[in-house]
Amino acid sequence: MIDQISQLVVGAVDLIAAFLLLYGLHRMASPVTAPSGIFVAGIGMAVAILVTFLDIFGVNAAARPFLPVNIGLAVIALTIGGGVSWWGGRKVAMTAMPQMVAIYNGMGGGAAGSIAAVELFGHHTSGLVPLSVTLLGALIGAVSFAGSIIAWAKLQSILNKPLRVPYLRFFNLALFVTTVAVGCVIAFLSLSSALSPELIFGFFVLAMLFGIMMTLPIGGADMPVVISIYNAFTGLAVGLEGFVLQNPALMIAGMVVGAAGLMLTMLMARAMNRSISNVLFSNFGDAPAKAHGAIKGEMKPTEPADAGTFMRYAKSVIIVPGYGLAAAQGQQKLYEFVKLLQGAGVSVKFAIHPVAGRMPGQMDVLLAEAGVPYNMIFQLDDINAEFADTDVALVIGANDVVNPAARNDKSSPIYGMPILNADQAKQVYVIKRGQGKGYAGIQNALFYGDNCNMVYGDATSVLATMIEAVRGLGTKAAA
Amino acid sequence: MIHIDSFIGLYIFMLAGFAGWIIIGRVPAILHTPLMSGSNFVHGIVVIGGIIVLLDATTLTERVIGFIAVLLGAGNAAGGYAVTDRMLAMFQTSDDVRHGKKTRRKRATHHKKV
Repeated sequence: MIDQISQLVVGAVDLIAAFLLLYGLHRMASPVTAPSGIFVAGIGMAVAILVTFLDIFGVNAAARPFLPVNIGLAVIALTIGGGVSWWGGRKVAMTAMPQMVAIYNGMGGGAAGSIAAVELFGHHTSGLVPLSVTLLGALIGAVSFAGSIIAWAKLQSILNKPLRVPYLRFFNLALFVTTVAVGCVIAFLSLSSALSPELIFGFFVLAMLFGIMMTLPIGGADMPVVISIYNAFTGLAVGLEGFVLQNPALMIAGMVVGAAGLMLTMLMARAMNRSISNVLFSNFGDAPAKAHGAIKGEMKPTEPADAGTFMRYAKSVIIVPGYGLAAAQGQQKLYEFVKLLQGAGVSVKFAIHPVAGRMPGQMDVLLAEAGVPYNMIFQLDDINAEFADTDVALVIGANDVVNPAARNDKSSPIYGMPILNADQAKQVYVIKRGQGKGYAGIQNALFYGDNCNMVYGDATSVLATMIEAVRGLGTKAAA
Repeated sequence: MIHIDSFIGLYIFMLAGFAGWIIIGRVPAILHTPLMSGSNFVHGIVVIGGIIVLLDATTLTERVIGFIAVLLGAGNAAGGYAVTDRMLAMFQTSDDVRHGKKTRRKRATHHKKV
């Protein structure tokens, strides 16, 4: 009796939870409603977790003697896992957000893989369809787990160089085929119930190895796409394990994220004018263009103070931030400078390229952290026409996303990628740490243009000097 | 106990997939990072699956792996929520800045007035 009532309650609450998660995600579609969206989704999650403990009334007879221990373990795991992650998420610097999302995503994939492992080791699933679904979820979850950890290590700069080994692609293909083959063997052996634990163990090791080997060759600037696709993978794995556990809330939430992640991944890839498979398998940036790299002219350096003064007396400035701004943690200084300019009557806008930074929309978040109102921030399509009428384009730590080669050099590896037309502004300043090339390893004609001056140095210290210079002019700056 | 057979499962997957695709399709690029971490939070629901298998665990192997599942799932959910909430609380319009409105509650009432 109590068993049936608890099942009813769990079913009803899971339904409500699934609704709240979807509704919360829906509210995240606008900056105004987004904060309440995550709160709504959070409530859904919290009640779903609490009510799951009512399952203690419905456990198998075999598991009943272990119940007190299992409940204790569940509470401990929830407290430790949740507590540590919560603390980490609250403490981490905004600039480190991409790697944080990568690691949380890996955890989700690992959890989905672990659920599959329990099902397999405990022989809880039978029948070809549930077994195949379990194994597929296990494969995707394990790849997402291992791959996300590698992505995290790359973003954290623990792994710096993309791994480039000849024939790696074929090795990975062989690895993938072997993993799938072992999965098939497990599925068939399980049907005749002669399954060895070693085989299951081997399957997970192979799947994780594949996740590692697949991610190692991908460069740091492609990480937005990689995190996004692993996010979709984890969602998919969660959805599949939800089917195995016959839990609709898991199925719905997992599949929504799977589809959402896929959509986001395609948006990212389109913004780079590349296909998803090209990002994952092409060893991009392997052979930088050399022969046609001969750009006439030279880079003209200038002093930060001069550039700052020039902008103070300009009418309009568009700022193009890139990963260099995040790396230098310069967002606060940048907004301080912007407020000075605004106080002096300069019209300032921010132009964000879809793949600027190490995560889709990372620049938007950094600027938001510094307090920049989001109606000063413009996306590529909305602002590109304005560069031609703008006095100054200030490029900070961005390179490939403003490279005119994407527009006019057919032999360039980034040809066809939509770029911000910073080169069309009357004057361009580029804040850059050194004379190095961008991620794509190609020269940037923008830097050699007649209207461009280079300001070398760390973005934060350059901006500090600019602020001093502009303050020294004795403006009516209100900030 | 609800029983979801293969076809019902496929229907659920199809409809949920559509929902996800359409919800995300409308989101402005400015929100892509919070959205990614928000959807990252949503798949943290996997922690429920972890709890279910852990409560049913009988052998040591099952218990250890089930424990890991709950640990990782809880980490996913809590961390995803923490970073998403932090990010979203930072987005504000120039009106908010002018009026010095920073907290979520103040901002919500402000927009109601407008």
